[in-house]
Amino acid sequence: MDITVNILLTIATAATPLLIAAIGELVVERSGVLNLGVEGMMIMGAVGGFGAGYLTGSPWIGLLAAVTMGAVFSLLFAVMTLSLATNQVATGLSLTLLGLGLSGMMGTNFVGQPGERLPNLDIPGLTAIPVVGRLLFGQDPIFYISIALTAAVMWFLFKTRTGLTLRSIGDSHASAHALGIHVIRYRYLSVIFGGACAGLAGGHLSLVYTPQWVENMTAGRGWIALALVVFASWRPWRVLAGAYIFGAIWVGQLHVQAINLQDFVDAPWLLYKLIAFLKSFPSQLLSSLPYLATVVVLVLISRNKRLTMMNTPASLGQPFVPDR
Amino acid sequence: MRLELVKRPQRSMLFSALSPFIAFVLTIIAGAIMFALLGVNPLTAFRIYFIEPISQVWQLHELAIKAAPLILIAVGLSVCYKANIWNIGAEGQFILGGIVGSIIPVLFPQFEGLLVLPLTLLLGMVGGAAYAAIPALLKTRFNTNEILTSLMLVYVAQLFLDWLVRGPWRDPQGHGFPQTIQFNDSAILPELLPESGRANWGFVFALIAAILIWILMSRMLKGFEVRVLGSSPRAGRFAGFGLNRMVFFAFLLSGALAGLAGISEVSGAIGQLQPVISPGYGFTAIIVAFLGRLNPLGIVAAGLVLALTYLGGEAVQSALGISDKVARVFQGMLLFFVLGCDTLIHYRIRLTGFSAPKLEAGPKLEEAR
Repeated sequence: MDITVNILLTIATAATPLLIAAIGELVVERSGVLNLGVEGMMIMGAVGGFGAGYLTGSPWIGLLAAVTMGAVFSLLFAVMTLSLATNQVATGLSLTLLGLGLSGMMGTNFVGQPGERLPNLDIPGLTAIPVVGRLLFGQDPIFYISIALTAAVMWFLFKTRTGLTLRSIGDSHASAHALGIHVIRYRYLSVIFGGACAGLAGGHLSLVYTPQWVENMTAGRGWIALALVVFASWRPWRVLAGAYIFGAIWVGQLHVQAINLQDFVDAPWLLYKLIAFLKSFPSQLLSSLPYLATVVVLVLISRNKRLTMMNTPASLGQPFVPDR
Repeated sequence: MRLELVKRPQRSMLFSALSPFIAFVLTIIAGAIMFALLGVNPLTAFRIYFIEPISQVWQLHELAIKAAPLILIAVGLSVCYKANIWNIGAEGQFILGGIVGSIIPVLFPQFEGLLVLPLTLLLGMVGGAAYAAIPALLKTRFNTNEILTSLMLVYVAQLFLDWLVRGPWRDPQGHGFPQTIQFNDSAILPELLPESGRANWGFVFALIAAILIWILMSRMLKGFEVRVLGSSPRAGRFAGFGLNRMVFFAFLLSGALAGLAGISEVSGAIGQLQPVISPGYGFTAIIVAFLGRLNPLGIVAAGLVLALTYLGGEAVQSALGISDKVARVFQGMLLFFVLGCDTLIHYRIRLTGFSAPKLEAGPKLEEAR
């Protein structure tokens, strides 16, 4: 039972950064903007979070720095694509390339330094409850933020007037503009929200997941978050499900690489055979599973052309210049 | 204060020509600020970064070695991007080109002669094209977003190469180092002018590719098709141009060129397969393509500039102790400024104060509010 709880906990830890980054990007895309810079904003959040935590000794200041870093970095994208109407795909890509370079440079002195870790929640009495105690009341603070964020975004997009306005901008910026809605202002705020989320996701990596700074430590998670939004057909609760599926794949392959087959001799025959089967593959193949799974999932979800067309925000990725 | 874009009646030829230069100047200014923040005299840093790496003949050879893959990949990508098809997985196609091209020199080292090199290069192109065919097939058959699939395949390619050189293809006499055997002489891409430096035929391939793609894009029907489908898929359909065929054409072409770049790097500059064969050429080539205005001849110039940022990064690392990531920062900034300056081609930028009277603003709209 303890093993099961531990596995569930590691899945939640692996899923949380994916979930947060994807929820942020979902709001951005719902407003009609395609920001391919998630990976770059995430890594900037990671280095900012680690750096601030390391220099001040407080992981909470690190957390704040990660969010700020992501938001400020996304502002660069917003100015380019929204005020200067540049190509969103190219600008997003350059944001990622710049983020990877800049974070590497900023983090030169952080490599190998011990980081600060955000403490797990510990409520006397509740956390000690067997099985569910640690799952519900004993995780890191960002886990709870991620769940609250998902619920909040769900409520905001589908239950509030502002959310409805945001979605309408994503579906037709020209009509929204004609109705007197400030398309660009909404999009600015959405992009910055997405950046803050990506920064928070990066902060989770360097303040909770592995409290240290490693170059390129996001390892493609930002891109997987982008894929999750497509996979989820732009719906928050499906992002939640998708993030946990991918978290499980990510953690699962790491577990299979790390465990010793001998420890499972007494396990049920089927489980033993399954682990033996998985361990017979080279570790590189196991490491590539999250990426291969992303491709497979994207294929499955986009096969139905009509359904995809219906779900995709109609002005996604198109630049908008208000005519006056 | 706020920015306002006013559409030009037609694209500005002046800014079309000037924008890469403006972007370069802005990058230099931003770079100077960055160096000053790092506590280095910007003038010293720029001399080490941009001048010293190309002050001797052998260094120009190094420049050509770095520029060749960038140009080869970028001219292929320019066709994709012109057609509004987003192949961002050239890094993976580069790696697969290196791997498939290495089949003969690694598995059949006893095979020697004049045929070996052409076959090796050809296999490299096939490898890159085949790998690029995957996102193309998924896009045309299953409507899958090619940006995400082509990028995911980069990670897969890197891990595949890692497995090969540590596992089945490892040199048994290599003292356990993760690398294949050295290519034999007939599989090595010859150097151009061995007396003065290391530059190999890869640079010539890059120039030939740039010229051929330039002819294709400006003088042939296929190039016209690319441009029409890129700017208006609907118009392209009426003209009878197939979008699916174009996706395959663009991906296979750019994949083959990235594959050629990969095998040229392996058989020219390195001489064997290693766990890592590219310092991110496939991604930097995206910057090269845009800096070169998606024009093959502009790409040659842009490729040389970006190659210099690699050499400069290495130079400041050894001379000033600054991380060589500074190269990536320069590359990223350059792309940002290029994209920003490109706005000037289509729009006039006007700064308006919040209180400024909106004389030209449509009164209808104001009333409707």
